[in-house]
Amino acid sequence: MYDVIIIGGGVSGAASARELSRYKIKACVLEKEEDVCCGTSKANSAIVHAGYDAVPGSLMAKLNVKGNEMMEQLSKDLDFPFRRIGSLVICLNETDMPKLQELYEKGLKNGVRDLKIISGEEAKAMEPNLDDQVCAALYAPTAGIVCPFELNIALAENACENGVEFRLGTEVENIVKIDGGYELHTNHGNFQTRYVVNAAGVYADRFHNMVSRKKIHITPRKGEYCLLDKTAGQHVSRTIFSLPTKYGKGVLVTPTVHGNLLLGPTANDIENKEGTNTTREGLDEVITKAGQSVKDLPMRQVITSFAGLRAHEDGSEFIIGEVEDAKGFIDCAGIESPGLTSCPAIGEMVADILKEKMRLEKKEHFIETRKGILDPNTLSTEEHAELIRKEPAYGNVICRCEMITEGEILDAIHRPLGAKSLDGVKRRTRAGMGRCQSGFCSPRTMEILARELGKDMSEITKTGGESRLVVGTNKDRL
Amino acid sequence: MKNYDIVIIGGGPAGLAAAVSAKRNGTDSILILERDKELGGILNQCIHNGFGLHTFQEELTGPEYAQRFIDQVVELGIEYRLNTMVMDISHEKVVTAMNKEEGLFEIQAKAVILSMGCRERSRGALNIPGYRPAGIYSAGTAQRLVNMEGMMPGREIVILGSGDIGLIMARRMTLEGAKVKVVAELMPYSGGLKRNIVQCLDDYGIPLKLSHTVVDIKGKERLEGVTLAEVDQNGKPIPGTEEEYSCDTLLLSVGLIPENELSRGMGVEMSRVTSGPVVNESLETNIEGVFACGNVLHVHDLVDFVSEEAAAAGKHAAAYVKGESRPGSGRRITMNPTGGVRYTVPSTIDPERMENELTVRFRAGAVFKNCYVSVYFDQERVIRRRRQIVAPGEMEEIRLTKEQLSQHADLKIITVTIEEA
Amino acid sequence: MEIRHLTCISCPMGCPITVEMEDGQVVSVTGNTCKRGDIYARKEVTNPTRIVTSTIRVKGGAEDMVSVKTKEDIPKGKIFDCVKALKGIEKEAPVKIGDVILKDVAGTGVDIVATKHVEKA
Repeated sequence: MYDVIIIGGGVSGAASARELSRYKIKACVLEKEEDVCCGTSKANSAIVHAGYDAVPGSLMAKLNVKGNEMMEQLSKDLDFPFRRIGSLVICLNETDMPKLQELYEKGLKNGVRDLKIISGEEAKAMEPNLDDQVCAALYAPTAGIVCPFELNIALAENACENGVEFRLGTEVENIVKIDGGYELHTNHGNFQTRYVVNAAGVYADRFHNMVSRKKIHITPRKGEYCLLDKTAGQHVSRTIFSLPTKYGKGVLVTPTVHGNLLLGPTANDIENKEGTNTTREGLDEVITKAGQSVKDLPMRQVITSFAGLRAHEDGSEFIIGEVEDAKGFIDCAGIESPGLTSCPAIGEMVADILKEKMRLEKKEHFIETRKGILDPNTLSTEEHAELIRKEPAYGNVICRCEMITEGEILDAIHRPLGAKSLDGVKRRTRAGMGRCQSGFCSPRTMEILARELGKDMSEITKTGGESRLVVGTNKDRL
Repeated sequence: MKNYDIVIIGGGPAGLAAAVSAKRNGTDSILILERDKELGGILNQCIHNGFGLHTFQEELTGPEYAQRFIDQVVELGIEYRLNTMVMDISHEKVVTAMNKEEGLFEIQAKAVILSMGCRERSRGALNIPGYRPAGIYSAGTAQRLVNMEGMMPGREIVILGSGDIGLIMARRMTLEGAKVKVVAELMPYSGGLKRNIVQCLDDYGIPLKLSHTVVDIKGKERLEGVTLAEVDQNGKPIPGTEEEYSCDTLLLSVGLIPENELSRGMGVEMSRVTSGPVVNESLETNIEGVFACGNVLHVHDLVDFVSEEAAAAGKHAAAYVKGESRPGSGRRITMNPTGGVRYTVPSTIDPERMENELTVRFRAGAVFKNCYVSVYFDQERVIRRRRQIVAPGEMEEIRLTKEQLSQHADLKIITVTIEEA
Repeated sequence: MEIRHLTCISCPMGCPITVEMEDGQVVSVTGNTCKRGDIYARKEVTNPTRIVTSTIRVKGGAEDMVSVKTKEDIPKGKIFDCVKALKGIEKEAPVKIGDVILKDVAGTGVDIVATKHVEKA
């Protein structure tokens, strides 16, 4: 019997797992996909929000501001990219000034530091590509950007190193109350646990409703994005928001930590919890709306588009805590934006709840830090040369767009919770994420995966499950 | 730091021909840097025939054509490094490269020949909506899997784009036992050679749908199907024309992009039309001693012309290294592509420095039937050639002679245009 | 009278050619713009042939596959018989360009030859 089972290996689940791994505890993460970071956590704006959006006094407001404060140290401890670049909410019309003022005041109430409203000219001086109509902006220097994959994977790896079990490809099908806890029925057998953390993203309502009479309802709210080549990454140097609407923060334009330019998201409520397809209307909307706040966007430089699903709960608020009529069942639900920003604080809050209930004791040898995959470009020329001498695989470039070597891919495969698929390698190393979108490197990465995992090429998948990349050999059906 | 007279970036057809020519024109110190495990570049996976009719007067397959040049490189004792990635080239022609054996190393070159080739446009660049399952490949990636690894990327195939690689892959997949259901082409005409349409599609009863595109992609894990729709004159899908195709594979043959990240990094001036460097009559970029040829300069359809162009670049690079034949007049005649001519290579001509005969290559922006290709020296028409057809899919060329130019002492602009008959 | 419709492949024009035939003999060729169209059409309706290219597996080679072709044109109708005959054929490395991989493929009298060098691993 486990002490705690966490359902879901996204940022909320992984952050909770990592915080719980500070204690003497037998914990396990169940993730239905073949890797962590496969749901909402992998497809979002990758923004560390300052915290002026959320309703003052809400849990969202509190955890956003706290998560933002924690992110910098966490990025150092766990070695993932984070840059505090600041954000601007721009106002294109004098009549909208009260809305900007309202945001500013919310920010003050939420405890966001260094917020200020600046003039159109000041904004243009900071960001010359802003639309000419800009008449004022809310400047939040504490906002930042992060690599969501590396954040999620770093949290999971560190939790794993600190003793948390990860059962991937394990989908929870039913939850049954048993004496002193719960039994979780999965596609890979049954697991008993004293406590459950429900961090299942868009599926969190399904699990909550299995154990509680007080139903919750989560709507997948689709957001579509366009990603532009690194040659466009300098177009803006901060995150540019338009004024928020009732569906969220609107379409933003932002550099990414790796130097691309990201546009999006839209916001459309859908039924299908797996509906991560992009649509013609959605992509057109992204392009149109992004163009309203930032001019001369080089749309010829689009290298890919994608969609993510926000886990929107009807109350528009994070639901974190023990379910009233289901003792030992801890919800971590409705984690939509600013969920990524908040995740360090969410993890801490979940761990604190359980610490209290379970009277957890701190571990003596908690490993606080984790080293990410070495990026040889951060080395000096001498160190780089020395690295290749010792490990020649670092001299073999596999992804030529992002200049990712075999050495980095081997590291991604062999580290804890290592990559098993093309997308697993991509999210860990960026191989295949560049302008050719894996046209060149995918056959080579497949070969490395097959060799290292002792598999046949036909077993290598894009992202687990039935996503096989080749289906047979030449003439096999002739 | 090592020193070479000429460093050639890329050992594909352009790099090989440039190396052979530079050597034959008197430069001994030459190094080819190739990122793959063998010389020959993309030709190694182009196992179909049809190469070499111009160069060797016989029809060869891609690997055979490549081997003819590799043999010359070996016979001439030209140095090359395989599995070697060029990371950076400085404005001062210091080439930083990397491989497993030598690690990170620098080479000072006197001249650099850019011959990196091109890459395929991806799905993302087209903004095709839908899911992102496995089973969507660029045609060239599928070609590599089938021809080099012996792997079948899928069984039931839809191809978007009727460029030559797409057409060739339609036949290739069919002959390996797959079912190619349809080839869709956004434009009202195919970008591929007529021969390929007949011998790769018609021979096997594969339908070609012009003015059609993919408007949706289905399947969460592996591709399950695509939706095609007819497009209007602006390339916008026409509602109500959607048709579903079940398939496990979508191959994209939707254009090639010269691979110029290194060129940009060193400060080479680029053409917005070709996405390749802007070059003069010597195929030299704005940086003296840096030359470009082949698909990195502009995308070709026949490798024979790549070899021809690359040989010219090699010769000019050799001349540059020797410091001869470079007096130059300081005059620069500007090429002016207009009236359906999208671009010309070269973009400028120094009338003193040009050879006795200069090939100017260009592409049309649309299909023109029963027309003239005309060349004007300033206002005066000097060439008027009747053509049955000029199409975007086939590169065109005109030849200018030094003598012609010398008869126009104050010539400033050479206009190349297509005129109605 | 049999009517055959063809697209000429001699140039980008792609003239739609109509061939009238009687008892396997060409009676008339129309629709072509130039003489090359006439020559192409007559050959294509009486004796269409193709070079076939493919790949086979290599054992113990630096590469897994070697590309091959029919040394000369074979009748168009024999294309599938030709590739089927190549199914399962393996060749020990090294392989040189021109090496005969399969003699007289599918009864065409034409050999399959290698089109690439593959060294021993």
